[in-house]
Amino acid sequence: MNSLLEVRGVSKHFGGLVAVSDVSFSIAEGEIMGLIGPNGAGKTTLFNVVNGVYKADQGSITFAGEDITGYSPDKVVHLGLARTHQIVKPLNDLTVLENVTVGACFGREYLDKAAARKVASEVLQRVGLGDRADTVARSLTIAGKKRLEVARALAAKPKLLLLDEVLAGLNPTEVATMIELVRTIRDSGVSVLMIEHLMQAIMSLSDRIVVLNLGRKLAEGQPDEVVHNPDVVEAYLGFPDIVDKLTRTD
Amino acid sequence: MILRRPFFWIILLIAAGFIYAPLHGNNVSLREDLILVAIAIILASNLNLMIGYTGYVNFGHIVFYGLGGYVGLYLTTVRAWNLVLSALVAGVVVSLCAFLFGLAILRLRGAYFALATIGILQAVQAFVSNFDPWGRSTGMYLSFNSYQSLGGARRALWITYFLIIAVMALSMIVSLVIKNSKFGLGLFAIREDEDAAVVLGVNATMYKAIIYSVSAFLPAVAGALMFFKNGMIDPSIAFEYMLSLEGIVMLMLGGQGSVIGAALGGTLYEKLRSYLLTSPVLSNFHLVIAGGLLLMVVLFAPGGLIGWVYRLVPRARKVIE
Amino acid sequence: MSGVLASMIDGVLVGAVYGLAAMGLSLIWGVMDVINLTHGAMIALGMFCMYLLFAATGINAYLLLLPTIGIGLLLGFIVYWMAVHWVVGRSMLMSLLSTFAVNMMVIGIGTAVWSTSPYNVNFVLPGITLGAYTFTGNHIAAAISAVVIALALQLFLYQTRTGKAIRAVADNREAAELMGISSTAVLSIAFAIGIALACTSGALVSTLFPFTILSGGVYQLKSFVVTILAGLGKPFGALVAGILLGLLEGVVTPFIAVSWIPLIEFGLFVVVLVAFPQGIFGKRATA
Repeated sequence: MNSLLEVRGVSKHFGGLVAVSDVSFSIAEGEIMGLIGPNGAGKTTLFNVVNGVYKADQGSITFAGEDITGYSPDKVVHLGLARTHQIVKPLNDLTVLENVTVGACFGREYLDKAAARKVASEVLQRVGLGDRADTVARSLTIAGKKRLEVARALAAKPKLLLLDEVLAGLNPTEVATMIELVRTIRDSGVSVLMIEHLMQAIMSLSDRIVVLNLGRKLAEGQPDEVVHNPDVVEAYLGFPDIVDKLTRTD
Repeated sequence: MILRRPFFWIILLIAAGFIYAPLHGNNVSLREDLILVAIAIILASNLNLMIGYTGYVNFGHIVFYGLGGYVGLYLTTVRAWNLVLSALVAGVVVSLCAFLFGLAILRLRGAYFALATIGILQAVQAFVSNFDPWGRSTGMYLSFNSYQSLGGARRALWITYFLIIAVMALSMIVSLVIKNSKFGLGLFAIREDEDAAVVLGVNATMYKAIIYSVSAFLPAVAGALMFFKNGMIDPSIAFEYMLSLEGIVMLMLGGQGSVIGAALGGTLYEKLRSYLLTSPVLSNFHLVIAGGLLLMVVLFAPGGLIGWVYRLVPRARKVIE
Repeated sequence: MSGVLASMIDGVLVGAVYGLAAMGLSLIWGVMDVINLTHGAMIALGMFCMYLLFAATGINAYLLLLPTIGIGLLLGFIVYWMAVHWVVGRSMLMSLLSTFAVNMMVIGIGTAVWSTSPYNVNFVLPGITLGAYTFTGNHIAAAISAVVIALALQLFLYQTRTGKAIRAVADNREAAELMGISSTAVLSIAFAIGIALACTSGALVSTLFPFTILSGGVYQLKSFVVTILAGLGKPFGALVAGILLGLLEGVVTPFIAVSWIPLIEFGLFVVVLVAFPQGIFGKRATA
């Protein structure tokens, strides 16, 4: 398996505040990588650096063999790297279909409007928003808006999808649906890097996990190893057995 | 493909109306009325590209019109060029300048951009007032001979009128085409959430610069034609801040974001304004009324007249764009 | 070269008034994220306010600043409830347009009432002569008044309960509401103070130069430049930046025609916006 995304020695600071410090890891094709850590650990900042919203102060990012360090976000999407936002950003006065059509028009395939609309319809069916295609985005529920974020990113036909806390604010049923969706996304050939706090989801989905704390990488590896790592337990999880407790199906 | 949109034919119908009405019966005073309405529609439609489609408020929009007037008049008077060519060149020159300026000031968001556009208007006015080849603060006058090339003054005025109606129809057609295109979708995305749009792959910097310069082209052409017709230009009438403001009021009144909104707003406001100016009420109350109208629209009906129509008859959206 | 020095000192004095005007703009912008496009019209109204008060009473113009402040506050409340309250929190476009609409109305009424012929406030304080140069008393008094008012504002914002409430709302409106601060009350007071500052600066200008209802526009541009230079939420920063702008004008005026100055200021405005997104001293709210 080839390395799809390689993050090497990336650092980012804002004035005196160091948000991300010397973080390195890589994601292989067809992999789901979990990114966990306490709030303020630098996870979203890392996403912002990877997809070009922020410029890295140090380090490099390589995607599908191309050095994308310093590329603007629109350029990055054209290469096949899409992302969702932690705080959803729907295009409020456009319909759900129009929102996703934007994703398809300006994504990796850069389709014309008619073709993009077709792709958008298919994607909407996949995420379960098919019947809301003509609804104005503003009037969706939070779960709907989260699915819209994912649909928009998917419509760009990415090779790698960055999901930022896509489960936050969802009820248990919605969580289960979303987890299934993420799995089908990976199964269709799209790699995923997901920031999540919901440990059940992380454990059931991730092939590997990276842990950030205070801007630094604390651990990386198989889910079972990582959650039993004492540093990780101390910084984030709290109890060594918590994950076993959470993922035990009764 | 544009031909399949019913509104395209409505535009042509409107233009035909504008041409036929004064021509039939050689009604010069009607023509003079309608030409002001046409200019209003041109300015409002092109302003809509920035405000309604892209969400960037341009307070200094009139600068394109005035500069177009200057370039056009200079070419026809000093250089004795053909009118149509002068007008087109004026359009190209001004929209090129707009593109370059745009790249600089479009980095500014929201309100900062709006303020910068006021500054550009004032800066250009100050510059032109001091620019020798263009007559400084006295401006330029058209020599009477210039009308001869078009077959005399009377014919020239009619020809200019038709050309302006053509520009009006073009403005609305351009609005319609952009609204239904991929480019337009990108603009709407920028309007809704520029950061999200960029993350979705829209090259916002380029799109904004392009639409800014597109929104400059036809007003500049119209300016060249209009000031040719009027026979004179000077900094105070070319860059009348009031006209910029009125453009915004017209657009908000009719309904920003739609093609018909600009046309409706332009027509209504122009009627209102000519009524006010000819009534015993002092012309300066028209500023108060314009301001009051704008306030009412912003507070109670931000979608303008057409927004209200769309709410009553949702299906109208498909036909009346 | 000492002509330039005199010009510079004059510039610094007038600059204090620019700073005062900018404080009004900056306060409103910082507290409620509204860009007050009535600013210029309010400055002009302040000029006329002083003119009318002085014509009616003949009292020392600088004492008349007090009722001017009161009138400014009243005006501020009126404009707030007319146009601003309803657009706070809506898109920037809407708040720009609504304050802009009020601006149009005020200018329209003003032109109808006072036309565009120049007015004057004929109150002159004796000047101070140093060597070959006389500094007009009005300039000195205006500068002192501006600084005093700025200090008073600073005290108000940092030492009184209302002032602290204003700063809290400026910082984080929702959090302030959760603490029991009525944000509507605070916003209306902050807006009124901002307008009062604009009116007062106009009143000071009226003692320095002839004016018309349209004169506010020039000072509005200067206020924007100063606010951008200083960043938001720092009244003293605005005063200092205003003085700097005045200084710049003082340096430049002996050498070029006055009509170029707005152009230079606009150029400065754009350059600073692009090069210093955070302002030179402070923070800038998202626009």
